[in-house]
This record gives sequence, structure tokens and C-alpha cells, in this order.
Amino acid sequence: MFLKEITMAGSFALMASAAYAECNVSAGRVNIIGNEFPAIHAVVNAAKTCAGNGVEIKSNLTADHQLINLAGMTGKPAEYTSAIVANSSIVALMNEDVIRPLDDLVAKFGQDLRKNQLITIDGKIMAVAFMANAQHLVFRQDILDQAGVEPPRSYEELLAAAAKIREMGLLEYPVGGAYKAGWNLAQEFNNIYIGFGGEFFEPGSAKATVNNEAGIATLNLMKELSGYMNPDFLTHDSNATNSEWKAGNVALMNMWGSRVPPLKDTEGSSQVVVDNTDIAGPMTVGGGSVPATTLWWDGWTVARNISDEDAEATFKALVQGTSPSMLNAETAPMAVWLIEGYEPTDAAKGVFAAANSGAVPYPMLPFQGLLHSALGAELSDFMLGREDAQTALADVEAAYTAAAKEKGYLQ
Amino acid sequence: MSSKAFKQPASLRALSIGFMAFWLLLAAFPFLWTLWGSFKVELDFFSKADWTDALTGARTVAEKGTAFTGAGYEGAWVQEEFWRSVINTSIVCFCVVVTSLTIGTLGGYALSRSTYRYTFWLLIIALIFRAMPPITLVSGYLLPFFAWNLWGVLPTTIIVLVAINQPFTLWMLHSFFQKIPKELDESAKVDGCSQFQAFRHVIIPVMWPGVVTTGLFSFLLAYNDFAVTSMLLSKDNQTMVPKIASFLGTTQTEGNVMFAVASVVSATAPLFVLVMVFQRQIVSGLTAGAVKG
Amino acid sequence: MQRSGLMQHKTFFWFFFPTATAMLLFIALPILSVVTQSLFTPHDQVFKIVESCGPFGCKQITSIDTEATDALKQARPLGQWSGLDVYLDRGHLAVSEVAAAWGASDSMGQFFKAIGNLPFYRAMSFTLTYTFVVTPLLIALGFMIALSVNSLHRHLKGLAIFFSLLPMIVTPLIGSLILFWMVDSRGVLGTGLQWLFSDPDLSLKASTSLTWVMLIVYGVWHSAPFAFVVFYAGLQTVPKETLESAMIDGATRWQQTRYVVIPHLMPLVTFVALIQLMDHFRVFEPIVGFNAEAHATSLSWIIFNDLGGETRLLSSASTTSVLTIIGVSILLSPVLVRTWRDFNAKG
Repeated sequence: MFLKEITMAGSFALMASAAYAECNVSAGRVNIIGNEFPAIHAVVNAAKTCAGNGVEIKSNLTADHQLINLAGMTGKPAEYTSAIVANSSIVALMNEDVIRPLDDLVAKFGQDLRKNQLITIDGKIMAVAFMANAQHLVFRQDILDQAGVEPPRSYEELLAAAAKIREMGLLEYPVGGAYKAGWNLAQEFNNIYIGFGGEFFEPGSAKATVNNEAGIATLNLMKELSGYMNPDFLTHDSNATNSEWKAGNVALMNMWGSRVPPLKDTEGSSQVVVDNTDIAGPMTVGGGSVPATTLWWDGWTVARNISDEDAEATFKALVQGTSPSMLNAETAPMAVWLIEGYEPTDAAKGVFAAANSGAVPYPMLPFQGLLHSALGAELSDFMLGREDAQTALADVEAAYTAAAKEKGYLQ
Repeated sequence: MSSKAFKQPASLRALSIGFMAFWLLLAAFPFLWTLWGSFKVELDFFSKADWTDALTGARTVAEKGTAFTGAGYEGAWVQEEFWRSVINTSIVCFCVVVTSLTIGTLGGYALSRSTYRYTFWLLIIALIFRAMPPITLVSGYLLPFFAWNLWGVLPTTIIVLVAINQPFTLWMLHSFFQKIPKELDESAKVDGCSQFQAFRHVIIPVMWPGVVTTGLFSFLLAYNDFAVTSMLLSKDNQTMVPKIASFLGTTQTEGNVMFAVASVVSATAPLFVLVMVFQRQIVSGLTAGAVKG
Repeated sequence: MQRSGLMQHKTFFWFFFPTATAMLLFIALPILSVVTQSLFTPHDQVFKIVESCGPFGCKQITSIDTEATDALKQARPLGQWSGLDVYLDRGHLAVSEVAAAWGASDSMGQFFKAIGNLPFYRAMSFTLTYTFVVTPLLIALGFMIALSVNSLHRHLKGLAIFFSLLPMIVTPLIGSLILFWMVDSRGVLGTGLQWLFSDPDLSLKASTSLTWVMLIVYGVWHSAPFAFVVFYAGLQTVPKETLESAMIDGATRWQQTRYVVIPHLMPLVTFVALIQLMDHFRVFEPIVGFNAEAHATSLSWIIFNDLGGETRLLSSASTTSVLTIIGVSILLSPVLVRTWRDFNAKG
């Protein structure tokens, strides 16, 4: 994947002069902060083709982007003219009011953007999405064939399949999952809780409501699933879960769509695993119709505290970065693009299935992040069997309430 | 303590050597394991199937045709341009050690020579400063540094590392200076030297053992720091440790762990050279007998 | 000591000025701002219900009314005064929860179990255990290594020093990653332990007590080189005459060590204890490196967690930082009293 980036950078250099005319940036400063996904690298590299003639385009793509983007956009003028965010992380920037509405820029320079790329809040366009992601089922065809089961469409079917696989002695720990205490564990809770039809908050209020039937059912299901996982599951993030998969120890897991392409690569895996790795849409749970997953988008924003000239340059460069011309044989499989002209690859079918089966987006609420942290910190006690589901959920609500009071979300 | 009077009895000697061997094994084993494994593919190094794969390189043979591969090194150094981080780390370490020791020796010397009560409280305050978790300090720096356009560059990081490390340097040098007899510089002062001249001509020549040890720690701090460098340096100016960490991937993307493993080995090699060069200072420099309690 | 031997205030000032400036600017000022921040919280947020549209359709969501909130911010930029509220809330000292637990518990065991469920006290229980187990062990180990290296042949010393320093040199972040893999139930150390205890299901990572043991062993392993280097440097200054005369008096080797070497190194032991108690009280990297959050947390980890979430809890992180400083001060007070006595003896 890293190699691909380099060859890509080369091909862009050749295209640079052509693109430079295309994006029509004549003046201004551009500095982009974002995560270091290969797909985001591709977008930023494409945006950089607009540089030249006094326009400098810088970027800082790092896994720690969320720790510095707010500080870097608060100054006047802001260091970063754009932050690449997801639906969870745009909230922090909106709460502090450091990103600007894009309506006028979209009207003037954004004719080529698709309507569904525009993230509109309260009638104002705040971000432009360019890729989507979701967690969905990944399964090993050969193991399921040997066990004589179909790819599960619900968590109940998954448990039955796992029991059968273990019973037949095919695999000891057939289920994988990113259950690492903290963000990952909380995210799995969110998925299943949504599948059970749970609501996180009282409507129109910041009061958390996870200590209910759906919450308890979610935790009990998670506990049952963890019985089929490697005993160290509370230390497994998506990296560790993926490498268990590559080692051939796991037959069923709920995994990010963006993590699927590496699973189809023999590097660090074996031919049997690669050939039999297949994906399907997300599962439902408890007979519900909403899949137990969340939809995510990644998009770009433009800083508020910068000159209009810089904002215009940033906007144009990023429109170029996410224009159909950046799609090619190398970039297309990197993500599920929301860009005009994108033909879904095979690796994208899980995310598309999620979107088409009525999955909901990860909630874009100002206080969702606090609940997520509280879940991540308090649920491990339950998973370790140190307390019952109700106590764990009461702890979650108590931890969340303390944090929400501090932030002024609850009085 | 090499004089004949201190010859150890055979039993003690055996015990001592046995313990040493045990400790060295304990200390070096993970590193040697990493060194060996850095020439394997990821599936061997982190072998989920059978740990002996890490020794034999079964998967490496299957994938690359030989039991040893330099793919991790090539990836880190060529594709990911790890050498840039090496240069940045060298600059940061050199500047941190020099600055830290310069202002630290002055301060530590003053603390050891003044008998006023405030020196005690200064030492205590320095200690309390050190109690502050670096991660809180660093997140406090972000706003002003961005506002004054100081963020992301090496000099800012160097000064921050020096400052954060000062309490430790002061304490360490203070205790070393206290071991240097006061009569030395006092007699110089009686001979008409100013305090600085006394420091310059009498103390500096005999202070090196303590300074080398303190410098070693300053160096390691700058070399290994993650909290400060990962938050205050832009991607282009990254030092080795945040660069290595960036090879590890994130929640939604795959990393390349073998690049990280190869980089760790590469990052340790210069230290080997350094310790070998400075061992004379650490070993024989100290035994010269200049410093006596 | 003669009065003339004293360093004058003015001389002292100039010697101390550079280091003082660095510390004032980069440590003292931030500490002040952290203390301030811990006493204020953000304003009450004004919400509004808005429509949000994106690639996955439209939805009514709650959002912050930034204009209304802005007015509050302009009026009082620091936020609202909260006094010690954050210090006392559930995330920190949790006074009301502790009181409730006290009232509801029949036995001390039950009370401690209830307390252990609160983040601050859970973190403290691991932090204190870790600090008080690791520090003495690493001092003892460091001392033994220093003695052994010191008795080695001249040519072997350099090599021994380098290898002894390795645990400290390799960055904790990556060092713990590699060790984390080695202690996995399928890794080389994990397999070794399973064989040693003849328990094929043994997993260090799945059990809380074994995770604590693993972290403690790592802590000793990682910090022993520090004590070793300091003691080793100190050993070089042991006065030979004293040792020789002790020898002539017929002192055994153990007596020499006990009555000459150890007293000579005592100030260094104090120093190492001081630094290491403080460092271990702020234990952080091993917890992250070993993915041990489910089993062990520390105050520094809580700060990291508060700052690293999607929504950052600045007041909470500041409060925990201030509590860390207070904790360190309490922890070090015995050592400080000792230093104070030494200091007075010196004057």
C-alpha cells in the first residue's frame, strides 16, 4: 500500500501542470490536517497538484490529528485552513465554532460536487464528504462450508455458527472482534445497542438513557460473543483482530470496511485465508430490522479564522482533491468513495449493503463522544465478570453525567 | 576497586558472574529477539501459529525464498524515509543535551554552593514541577504555540524538552556537585578568583563524571520522548519515536508493524556506538579519583 | 563554614537565572493555568434542534447554538467558576459516592469494593501498588547490577553497561509492544510460562492479577538500569582507604558492603527513590503499551483518556493533574523531610 502511494505521487507529478490549470487557484495559503489513511493521503496528494504560482499547499496527516486540529484552527489566522474529519469528530470543531459554513463557496466553485456529499447542519453546509465506512460481517467461506452453515445474517445465527465451528473442532475461537477496552469496546456496544433499537439519549436532551432492556440485552450478547473469542479479547484492537484473521484463527468477525482490502492481500497472510475471505452486509440482532452497525463518512472542512482568499484556495484545492480525476486503478480500491464516477469495487459491497439496509449514521451529537468515552471506560468490568449488566450501565450513566455536567451539557 | 586487596573469593565471584549473566540475558533477550525477528516477515515475528516460526522463519522462506529478508528495513528507510527522522532526532538530542547541561550545571553548581535556605525550597519547587504529567503540560502549550507560530518546528521542541528535563538535571547535578569538596573552589576564591572563575577553572575540570551521567539521561529523555515530540512536531519534522509510532496504524487503517520493528533496531544501533564511545568516560573517567566523597 | 565561603545572592541569581527562566516559562506558567482551569468549567451550553443532512439522509439532531453560547463566552472567557466541584465529582474524589458507599456497606470489604468501582480510587489502587512494589525492587536490582558490573574485568565493562542499559534505551512505546507480543499466550515468553506452570490455558492478558504482575515486572525491568547507572557512578567514588582499613580490621566482604559502601551510596539511594517514586506514581506508558486499560489504570492514564476522547474534558484533565501533583507531594514528604535534615546538617 505504501508502494502504491509512491507510484501514485509520481503519476500526479506528471499530471500536475494539467491539474494546476484545472483547479484555478491563483493565490492563498492551504494547510490541511487529517488522519493518515491511505485514502486521505490520496486526496491530499491530488489537492497538492493545485500548488504552484505562489500557492503553497502543506499538510499534516497524522494519527494524532484530533489532539491538535482544534488548537491549530483556533488561532487568528488559523494554522490549518482545513481539517479532514469524520462524523464523530466534526462535532468538536462545530462546538468550538472553528469551521465556516461553505454555502457561498459551494455556490461559486462547487458545481461538480454531488448533493449527497454536502453535510448540511441547520441549513448550512459545514463539510464535504468524500468517503464512507461501516463495520460489517467478514467470514471465511471454507470454514463455514465445512461447518455446513450459511453466512450469518443476524448475531443469533452467528452464535449458532460459532458454536458449530467450535463443536466440530475447526477453530477454538471462531469469532473475532475489536473488543479492546476503551473506544473499540464502546463502539461494539453502540452497534449492537442500535441493532436492539436502543436510544442513547432522551429526545432533545443530553440525559443518557442506556440503562434499559436494550442495554442489558446488548451486554449479555457481547458477553456471549466473547465466549467464542480469544480470551485476551479486551486487549484486541482492530489491528490485533485483523492479524488474528490473517493467521487463520478466526472465521467470523464484524470489521471496518476500510480494513478489508489488506485482508485480501497475501502479504502477511496465507493463500487459503485470502481466497476464502469474503464479506457481507452487517448483521441484525434480536429480530430487529436496523442492522447492528453505524455508517461513517470522512469529509473536509474549511477553517473559520482565515482570510477569504485562503478559504477560497483551500476550497478549490480540496474540490480538486476529491474530483473524479483523482480516481484511478490505484485509488479506487482504497475506500468507498462518495465521489462522482466511482464504481464500487468488490471490497465495497459490505459498506454499500450497510447503507442500503437502513443502517443509521454514527450520531452527530455534541455529547455523543462523552458517552462513548464513558462506555469505553466502564464496560470492561462487566466483560470481566466483576459486575452485572445493570451495575455496569448505571456506572456508565454516572460517569457520563459527571462529564456532561462539567462540559455544561447537563445542569 | 580493581586493586589486589579487593580480589573476590571464588564463590562470590561465581555468584556475581552468574547473576550478571542472568541479568544480561534478561536485559538483552527481548532486544536480541527483535533484532533476529526484524529480518523476518510479520507473520513470523508475530507468529500466531507457533512461536518457533520466529526462529526458523517458516513463513519468510515461503514468502521471500530465504530465511532472512531486509524488507522491513527497506520499507522504513527507503519508502518511508526514516533517515529524515534520524537527522531530526540527532539535532534534537544534540541541542537538548548541550543546552540542558549548560544551564543545568550553572544552576546545579549554584544550588550546591549556596547555603541559604532558599536553595532547599528551590530544589523542592523543581521537584514539584517535575510531578506535573507531561501530557497536561503539552496540551497546554498547543494554543500559544499555534498562536505565535512556534508550533511544529524543532527549536520549540528542543526548548520544551530542556525545560521539562531541568528539574531532574538540577537534582542530579546538585548531588554530584555536593560531592566535589567545597574547599577546592573556596581556596580559588581566596586566591582572588571570582565565583565564575572558580567554577570555570577549578570545578569544570573535575565535574565530567557527573556531567556525563546526567548527559546520558538527558540524551535518553530526548531520544525516547513521545509525549512532547508527537504533539509538538509537524509530520515533516518528526523525530524517530513518533515516526515509528506512525507505522503502527490506527483503528481504521492497517499499519506496517515490520517497518516499526526494523526502525526500532535501527534506532538502537547508534546508541550502541555511543555507549561504546562514552564507556571510557563512564568507566575509567570516574575511577580517576578526582571525585571523592 | 566561613561566611566568606557563601555564595552571594547576586552571584547565585546569575548562575540560576537561565534554568529558572526555562522552568518558569514552560512549567510554572502552565501549572498556574492548569490550576485555574481546574477551578472553572465551560459555560452551560444552549441547544437547538436542527436538521442534519449527509450522504446517509437527513435527521433531526441536537446541536449547540454557537451564537447563544458565544455571548456567554465573550462575557466570561474563562468559563464559569466551579470552585472545587470538579475535584469532588464522580470522576475525581467522588465524595458523595464514597459517602453513599460508606452508608450502604456492612463491611470494610464491601466498602472497598464499592470504592474500587470509582475511577479515581481504582486508578489509585493500581498506582500505589505499582509504585511501592516496583521502587524497592528496582533499587535492590540496580544495586546488585552495579556491584556485579563493577567487579567485572575492565574490557567487559563497556559491553555489560550497554546491555544493562538496553531495557531503558528501547523506547517504552515499542519495547512494550514487542514484550506485549512475547507474553501473549502464543508468544515465546507466554509459552514458556505455560510450560513452567504446566497450565496450557494460562494467559497473562486475560487476568487482572497476572496483568498487574506483568506490569510490575516490566516496571522493574525498565527502570533498574537507571538505578544501576547512578549507583555505578557512585561506586567509583567509594573511598578506597576506608575499604582498605575495613579490610585490615578483618571486615568480611558483606560487612564492607553493609558498613562502607551502602552508607556512602545512601544519598544516591534517596535520589533514586525520589525520582522513581515520582515516575512510577505517574505510570502511563506501560498501561497503553500493554493494552491493560481493562485491568489497570493510573492518574496519568485518566488524563490521557480525558484529553484523547472526541470531546476533550479540559477541566477534568486539569483537576487530575493537580491531584497528581498533590499525590506526589504527599508521597515524597518523608524523603523531603530527610533531605531537609541533610540540608541543615550541610549548612
